[in-house]
Amino acid sequence: MRKTTNVLKAVLLILLALFFLSPIYIIFVNSFKDRQELYDNALSLPENFSFQYYIEAIEKMNFLSALGNSLYITIISVLLIVVLSSMTAWMLVRTESKISTVIFMTLIATMLIPFQTLMMPLMQLMSSITENLNIPMYNTREGLIFMNIGFHASLSVFLYHGFIKSIPITLEEAATIDGASKFGVFWRIIFPMLKPITATVMILNVISIWNDFLLPSLTLIDTNLRTIPLSTFFFFGEFTIQWNLAMAGLTLTIIPVIIFYALAQKHIIKGIGEGAVK
Amino acid sequence: MTKRSNIKWFVLFTVPLLFIFTIVVIIPFLIGIYYSFFEWDGIGANPKVFVGTDNFIELWKDEQFLRSTWLTTLFTVLSVITINIIGLAFAMLVTSKVRSANAARTLLFMPYLIGGLILGYIWQFVFLDVFTFFGEITGFDQVFFNWLVDPEFALYSLVFVFTWQMAGYIMIIYIAGIQAIPNDVIEASKIDGASKWQRFTRITLPLLMPALTISLFLTLSSAFKIYDVNLSLTGGGPANATELFAMNIYQEIFGSSNYGFGQAKAIVFFLIVAAITLTQVYMTKKREVEM
Repeated sequence: MRKTTNVLKAVLLILLALFFLSPIYIIFVNSFKDRQELYDNALSLPENFSFQYYIEAIEKMNFLSALGNSLYITIISVLLIVVLSSMTAWMLVRTESKISTVIFMTLIATMLIPFQTLMMPLMQLMSSITENLNIPMYNTREGLIFMNIGFHASLSVFLYHGFIKSIPITLEEAATIDGASKFGVFWRIIFPMLKPITATVMILNVISIWNDFLLPSLTLIDTNLRTIPLSTFFFFGEFTIQWNLAMAGLTLTIIPVIIFYALAQKHIIKGIGEGAVK
Repeated sequence: MTKRSNIKWFVLFTVPLLFIFTIVVIIPFLIGIYYSFFEWDGIGANPKVFVGTDNFIELWKDEQFLRSTWLTTLFTVLSVITINIIGLAFAMLVTSKVRSANAARTLLFMPYLIGGLILGYIWQFVFLDVFTFFGEITGFDQVFFNWLVDPEFALYSLVFVFTWQMAGYIMIIYIAGIQAIPNDVIEASKIDGASKWQRFTRITLPLLMPALTISLFLTLSSAFKIYDVNLSLTGGGPANATELFAMNIYQEIFGSSNYGFGQAKAIVFFLIVAAITLTQVYMTKKREVEM
């Protein structure tokens, strides 16, 4: 009796999850259909698989270039965020002084500022740095990486800060007595211990930087700099009537996310849970 | 180790990040406050005219801004309720000891990873084609039609899609909360003869208050700031019926080139977000129970 209800529950649960994801199924099956077939029945499986729209979408979205830009911007941003925010958080925890508290509180408080409050003055500042100081901050991928670090500093320092507080200081003291410099202590002893929280920080930042639209749309003007969300936006602006083409484009944009999820699924779910509890 | 060398290390470790953070967040925030007292069209060569607090007074006469305020509030209230109920329901389902629970958890979380802009486009098609199709075959064309063309339903479509995006994410947070509840408390209540419903309302829910604090904070602040889904799903239409806060500010600054006025809106936006989220965290934190 108990066993059959459990089987029933298990089946229902999977059906619920599949129903939940049905929009993705719809996008996927229709990306292979021609116009007539698509309008006849959007739910049915395609009669013959044609990759024609994929080829067209890859070309029109400039997909490979967008994928490259997204990968470059996300990877470099996240690596720098991890290095810089873990170092900062460690110093803030281990230096007990007023200045540490003030810095930490400022970082936390700014989490309440919506991006819209900063976007206009930020763009003014970035273009003025580009023009007056000749440092290419505006309309470059490196400029966007710089801004990504600034916007993700608060949350990352906050997560590291909470984790580091729970690590006993004795190990560090022992290493210092043995003659290790602060630099050595951090990179050889502390940073390896931060692995679980580093995974969380990386995952949260990857998701938000990869999917970000507004900031890149304001910073990256050149067509060849476009990230995946940006190229999707412009692609839809131009080709929205051709739904089969659009569908192939959407499927393309989802594929990298699904690969990432398949590879790191356990860490992602665990990381999000831990990030929230902190 | 001398004190001076400690300061040297402190600077070396913290300054790179703090330097970037100051340029990207602190300075623009201060410049933003400054700009909000000016009338300016954003062109460097044109004069910035100091107008004092005029921008902030004009705000209350801006009908589209007031309408956006109302729409954003309505959208936020509806989304927070549906996301948290569905997220909690999902969490209860996938923490029960059935085999497929892990797989279901993995699948339910997926929309959150895809990103707002792309989700909006996906649902645009679902509303346009699949909803209409269902309406035709079931005869319920009062419910299943293209929601995006109806001013009232277009807002609900935003709630719908945003719930689809966030429910799996909030589910993960509730799962973490449920797993933190010690098993012996549950066992004790079973021995005392508590019904399932009693166990849920008297034990699970009160002990979930910390998770609720975080979930409410996350849903509230992200609903208030929503932009991507708004842009790709409805584009603010039909007839500005879904132009929420973030989009209204974008339109004012970059669409109409009212940089000063738009910035004043942006400052008010910050104050509202800060006030609401801080109040919520304070209120729900008070209700958390210590184990």
